[in-house]
Amino acid sequence: MLSYLIKRILATIPVMLFVAVFIFLLLRLTPGDPAAMLAGDFANDAQIAEIRAKLGLDEPLWKQFGLWISDMLRFELGESFYYKKEVSELILSRIEPTLSLSLLTIIFTVLIAVPLGTIAAYKQGSWMDRGIMGFSVLGFSLPVFVIGYGLIYVFSVQLGWLPVQGYARIADGVGEWLYRLILPAIALSVIFVAFIARMTRTSVLEVLGEDYIRTARAKGQTESRVLMRHALRNAAVPIVTVIGLAIAILIGGVVVTESVFTIPGLGLLTVEAVLNRDFPTIQAVILFFSVVYVLINLAVDVSYTLLDPRIRY
Amino acid sequence: MAAVDQSPFRQTLGRVFSNTSVLIGGGLALVIVLIGLLAPYLDTRDPAGISPANRNKPPGFETTVRDYDTGQKIPVTYRMGSDTLGRDIYSRVVYGARTSLIVGVSVAAIAIFLGTLIGLLAGYFRWADGIIMRIMDGMMAIPAILLAIAVVSLFSAGLLSVIIAIVVSEIPRVVRLVRSVVLSIREEPYVEAAITAGTPTPTLLMRHVLPNTLAPLIVQGTFIVASAIIVEAILSFLGIGIPPDIPTWGNIMAEGRQVFQLHPHNILYPGAILGLTVLAVNILGDGLRDTMDPRFSKRV
Repeated sequence: MLSYLIKRILATIPVMLFVAVFIFLLLRLTPGDPAAMLAGDFANDAQIAEIRAKLGLDEPLWKQFGLWISDMLRFELGESFYYKKEVSELILSRIEPTLSLSLLTIIFTVLIAVPLGTIAAYKQGSWMDRGIMGFSVLGFSLPVFVIGYGLIYVFSVQLGWLPVQGYARIADGVGEWLYRLILPAIALSVIFVAFIARMTRTSVLEVLGEDYIRTARAKGQTESRVLMRHALRNAAVPIVTVIGLAIAILIGGVVVTESVFTIPGLGLLTVEAVLNRDFPTIQAVILFFSVVYVLINLAVDVSYTLLDPRIRY
Repeated sequence: MAAVDQSPFRQTLGRVFSNTSVLIGGGLALVIVLIGLLAPYLDTRDPAGISPANRNKPPGFETTVRDYDTGQKIPVTYRMGSDTLGRDIYSRVVYGARTSLIVGVSVAAIAIFLGTLIGLLAGYFRWADGIIMRIMDGMMAIPAILLAIAVVSLFSAGLLSVIIAIVVSEIPRVVRLVRSVVLSIREEPYVEAAITAGTPTPTLLMRHVLPNTLAPLIVQGTFIVASAIIVEAILSFLGIGIPPDIPTWGNIMAEGRQVFQLHPHNILYPGAILGLTVLAVNILGDGLRDTMDPRFSKRV
């Protein structure tokens, strides 16, 4: 187990290294002066010269990369030229909304998608199965901002039940926090539900054909117990894998959802940074999201051993 | 000529064209393509033509405009309403189909061409495999939309930079697919036979390996079209994609954001058409996967 853990962690190093090199090169390999690009449109010559010195732009490329990566590793992400603030500070202040939205979305998704997928598998071929799978294709095809505006139109504009946009910090009260997050989280979870319900169905279908399910039924266990204890538990590993992989979709969705609902999180920060050509922030946010994505998938891989005692490394 | 009818190619073709999903999805997609192609003939007006007197009109609004040349008053209908500049949403949505289709199809074509090339290299030459696949793993570690945003942020906004950005984020998936097919094909007896017979590697790849990647690539290509259309719409909607003077579904929605609560038609119509288009392409892809590539359908 320990040796597997070490091996798995070591395997993320080349991936992270590539991501770092890629994000580093994005700026250096494009035509134009990276110092001028980093400084933004409103910088004067002195500021550009300062950046050039700080980045060591006259040094060879590998030395520049060394400087850059050691800064990143110490969480010194540079200064945002638009917000005039340390990027690390900016990121920390924007984490809460994004984390709230993501967690609530994952909770909604698991609560809706896993039962739907299980029912679809259990009633394979029935109208319920076809309905759920039809919804799945639909959910996968509707972009999150279309769903978002559709929901705002119905629940905020027409019915007036929920706020159109905005965010309330959890410190200001869980009620208000939830009240403002429900709509964005539902909008974002649609694509997820579509994806994970489909995966759950496939996974449960496979398990339902196993001998131990027949055995469980033969010894007179109730159908719900067969489904919950025997089928779903064994189907859990692929479902969790897909949830891990779908984090990439979630991160993309967060960027869009935060823009639609004006939630001041990392996603909105990314869009604002791109619109203002705030390169230190763009680089840092993309690096940050990628590291999170890789770490979550690492956690997912490791969690297999907890979910399924048969898996031993 | 019964023997010809029995050929696997004909059989597959028959299966594909008798599949409900292929017919429904393909039919719908064809309608959207026709709308894009025939945009000027579908009773549209200049999609960029502004009309300050007719701003923010509801769908179905009827009025008259004076023709510049003849001075005659001609009746016009804003079928889907007008935007904050008085432009006709219907015309913009119809013309917007062109942008979405151009982006979707060119991204799929370029990503598949480059991805196949790289995938063949990785699958066939062991020395290249490790390096290429680590790079692809790294690219896949950056969520696709963020990767596209990163690439777009470097270039000035435009059709080409949007296409490049989406291609970059789609390539790793094509490479993985092609590589996995090549890895399974290279162990087949007929490939070994071809090697023994002294077939040069390029011929071997072109004649024996490439044809086997065709079916999964067509299926994958359809899904790439769908996803590219979505990503283009997202980028344009966020204001970092195609410049606002070109009508695209994402741009129309972006411009409608400010007045959404009062005039939701700016967002709901292009949104619905966008959803319908992607749905059509996805249904087509599902149908193709089930009929052309039975192995693939079991895996996913």
